[in-house]
Amino acid sequence: MLLEMRGISKAFPGVQALDRVDFDLRAGEVHVLFGENGAGKSTLINIIAGTFAPDAGSFEFNGEPMRGLTPHRARVIGISPVFQEFSLVAEMTVEENLFLGREIAKAGVLNRGAMRERAARTIADLGFALEPGRKVVELSRAHQQMTEIAKALMGNVRVLILDEPTASLTESETVRLFELIAQLKASGIGIIYVSHRMSEIKQLGDRITVLRDGRLIATLDAAGVSENELVELMTGRKIDLLFPHVDHRPAETLLQVEDLTLADHSVEGVDFHARAGEITGIAGLVGCGKSELIRAVYGLETIIGGTIRVEGQAYGHPSPARSLERGVCYFPSDRVVEGLALGRPIRENVSMAALDLTRFARLRIMQRGSERRIVQGIVDQLGLRPPNIERVVGNLSGGNRQKVMLARGLTRTTRVFLFDEPTVGIDVGAKVEVYELMKQLVDSGAAIVLVSSELPEVLHLANRLYVMHRGRMVAELTGADIAEQRVLACFFQDEKTGQAA
Amino acid sequence: MTVRPLAVHAHPPTGAEQLSQRLLSVGLLPILLVLSVAFMAVFEQKFFGLNNLFNVLRSTSFLAIVAAGQMLVLIVGGFDLSVGAVIALTSTVMAKSMAALSAAMPDQTAAIITLGVLAGLGCGVFIGLINGLCVAFLRVSPFMVTLGTLSIATGLALLLTQGIPVYGMPDVFVKEFGRALWLGLPTTVYIALAIIALVWFMQTRTRLGRYLYAVGGNLQAAIVSGVPATLNVILAYVLCSVLAATAGVLMTARLGSGQASMGGDDMMLQSIAAAVIAGVSLRGGIGRVELVALGALFLSILTNAMNLLRVDSKMQVVVLGFILVLAVALEEYARRRRRHG
Repeated sequence: MLLEMRGISKAFPGVQALDRVDFDLRAGEVHVLFGENGAGKSTLINIIAGTFAPDAGSFEFNGEPMRGLTPHRARVIGISPVFQEFSLVAEMTVEENLFLGREIAKAGVLNRGAMRERAARTIADLGFALEPGRKVVELSRAHQQMTEIAKALMGNVRVLILDEPTASLTESETVRLFELIAQLKASGIGIIYVSHRMSEIKQLGDRITVLRDGRLIATLDAAGVSENELVELMTGRKIDLLFPHVDHRPAETLLQVEDLTLADHSVEGVDFHARAGEITGIAGLVGCGKSELIRAVYGLETIIGGTIRVEGQAYGHPSPARSLERGVCYFPSDRVVEGLALGRPIRENVSMAALDLTRFARLRIMQRGSERRIVQGIVDQLGLRPPNIERVVGNLSGGNRQKVMLARGLTRTTRVFLFDEPTVGIDVGAKVEVYELMKQLVDSGAAIVLVSSELPEVLHLANRLYVMHRGRMVAELTGADIAEQRVLACFFQDEKTGQAA
Repeated sequence: MTVRPLAVHAHPPTGAEQLSQRLLSVGLLPILLVLSVAFMAVFEQKFFGLNNLFNVLRSTSFLAIVAAGQMLVLIVGGFDLSVGAVIALTSTVMAKSMAALSAAMPDQTAAIITLGVLAGLGCGVFIGLINGLCVAFLRVSPFMVTLGTLSIATGLALLLTQGIPVYGMPDVFVKEFGRALWLGLPTTVYIALAIIALVWFMQTRTRLGRYLYAVGGNLQAAIVSGVPATLNVILAYVLCSVLAATAGVLMTARLGSGQASMGGDDMMLQSIAAAVIAGVSLRGGIGRVELVALGALFLSILTNAMNLLRVDSKMQVVVLGFILVLAVALEEYARRRRRHG
C-alpha cells in the first residue's frame, strides 16, 4: 500500500470540502477519482500533494505518517502532481521549467550543458514533440500539458497524480499518454487519475473512488461497473431526475454573432446564434475559448473583428452596462472573483446591476423599501435558504452564492442569459435548482447560452450544441447527434483537418 | 439531425500586426537611442565634446547601477521607491564616518576608506533587509514598505547632517578614485560595466537568477517546485538596496562631500523608467540587465540633451514622467495583444 488515508476532513470558509473520506493507493495501480466539479476531488489531491493540510484524519505514505507536508517535500519523497492549473513559469523555457527547483549546478553556477542533455533525453523517452528551448508562454495548451507531465516525471516518482490530463490533448497524444501510464504502472508507480470521461475510466482504471459533496460514496473495482451506475453514484440521482425536461420552442433569434475575433486570439472567426425559447449549449475543452466568447459578447474581452446583433440590432463595442440595458446578462464562472462583493449583504449584491432603474434608485437616491421588497421576492422565488437578505454573502455556501448571482440577473428585464460554468462548485441540490431556473427562463421565452465543461450538463440541457476547439467553432450538433462520442469526435476531427491544411 | 461542419474564417496576422509585434518584442530602445544621438548631431554639437560625453557616461553609470537593482526587484514582482533615499543615507553615513575616522586615526587612509565604504554599503543592506523582510514575511505591499523606508532613510540622512554637506573624506578617495580617469575613462564607467557583467552572469548562469525569474513569473509554481521564494524575494530587495548604496558611494566620491539631497526622487523615478523602457515587466518575471543599461543610457542622453538645449528643469521632470507613463502603457498594450498559444 503506497498511500493510506483515513477519515480525511477539510473545510474552507463556507464549505465542507471533504468530510471523513478514506482513500488508498497500491503500487502499480490506476485509481480513478470520480465526481462532479466541487465534489472534493481536487481538495483530496491537493492534500496528497501537500498544498493543503487536512483538518482531521490520518495520512500515511509508505507506512509513514505525513505531517506538515509541503508541496516541495511531497515532490522530494516521490509524490508528483500534474494539475490542470499548470505549475509552469510562462516566461521561462521548457527546459528551465523541467529543472525548476532542482537545477544541476555547482556552487550556484548552472551546468547548462548537462541540463540540456537530460531534458532532451527525458522528452525523447516520453515521446513528446516538445522543443526544450521554447518559452512555455508560446506553447499550445496541449504542449504545456506535456511539459507539466514531463516535469512531474523528472525526479524519483512513486505516486503520480493526473488531474484530467487528457482535457487538452489530441487523440494521438492521448494514446501516447495511455501507453506511458501502462509503462509507469508496470514499473510499480501508483497513479491517481482524476477524470469524468467514461471511456477513459473504463480503459485505464483498476479501482474507482466516487466522491460527492465532499463525502466518500464508494470505492469499487472498475471491472463490472456500468456507466449508468457510475453517473448515479456521482450525482446521487437518476439522470432523468437530475436534468429537468426542457421544452424547447425556438422562436426568433435574439443573439447573433458573426466572425468574432478577440484581441488575444482566444476566439477566432466564430459564428453562432441563440434563439428565444431554447438552450444553446457551447461545449469545449478547458482553454478552448468558449468562456471568452460569451464574455466578449457581454463586453468583458477586447474584440478586434466581427459583429454582434442583439434582437436584430447591431451591437458594436459591448460593455457590461450597455449589455444589461439591452437585456443581456452574464453569470461568471468564478463568482468570488467576478461576481460577488463578499463583505456586503445579499440585498446589495442582488440589486447591484440594476441601480440605474427607478425601482431601485430615484435621482440617485436609493429606494430602500422598494429594493428590499423586490430583492426579497426574487430570493424567495429562487429558494435561497435561509431567506434573510441582510446576510453577508461571504458566509453563504457555493450553491447559495450562485443563487445570489442568478437573483441579480432577475432584477431587470433580460432576454438573453449567458451562463458560464453555472454549476461549478455547487452541490447537487443547488444544481437541480439552477437547471430548474433555466427551464423556467426558457419557458418564459428567454434565450439561454450555456457554456460548460461538464459534458453531461450540455448534453442533457441543450437543444442545439456548438463545439469549440482551439478558439474556433468546429461543429453545431442538433437532435440525436448531441452525444458524448459526437462531441469528442469533433475535437479530433478538427485535429486531422488541421494537420492536413 | 445532422452534424453541420461550420465554415472556419481564417485570420492570418496582417503585415501591420506582425510589424507592431516585432517592434514591441525587440523594444523601441535601440531606435530611440539612434534617433536621440542623430538629433543631437544635427541640433547641438556641444553634445559631442569630451567633457560632456564623460558627463553622460558618468550619469549613465550611476543610473545603470541603480536601475539594475530596481530591475531585480521588479523581476520578483515588487518595486522599490527607496533607492534614491538609500543613496542619500549612504552618502551622508559614509562621509560622516570617514570624517570621524580621519579625526581619530589620520594616517590610516586605507582603513578609513574601507570602513567608510563598508558603512555606506551597510546602509544599503539595512534598508534592503527591512524592505525584503516586510514584503516577503509580512506580505506588506512593496509600495507601502518602500515608501516607509524612503521616509526613514531620507529622515535619517537629514538628521545626521542637518542638511549641510559633510566634508572631510580623504583626498585620495575623491581625487584618485571619484574624479579620476583610468585609461582615459571615468572610473565609474568601469565599475558600472563590471556590475552589469556580474548581474548578467547572475541572471543567465546561476541558480539565483533562475529563481528570481521563477518567483516573479509564477510564484505558486516556484513554491510548488521547491524554490525558496521568501529567501529570493529578500535577496532581491537587499541586492537592489546594496546596488543603490554602491551608486551612492560612487556619486559621493565624485562630488567630494556627503549630501542628504543626493539621489532623491529623481533617482527613484529614473531607475523605474530605465527598467520599464528596457522591457522589464511590472508584473514580474521579465527583464534583462543589458537592456536596462541601454535604458539608463537613453535617459541620461535625454536629460543631458535637455540641459544643453536649456529646457527648464521643471519641464524636464514633466518629460520624464511622461516617458515613464508611456513606457508602462506600451508594455501593458503589448501584453494584451500577445497571441494565445
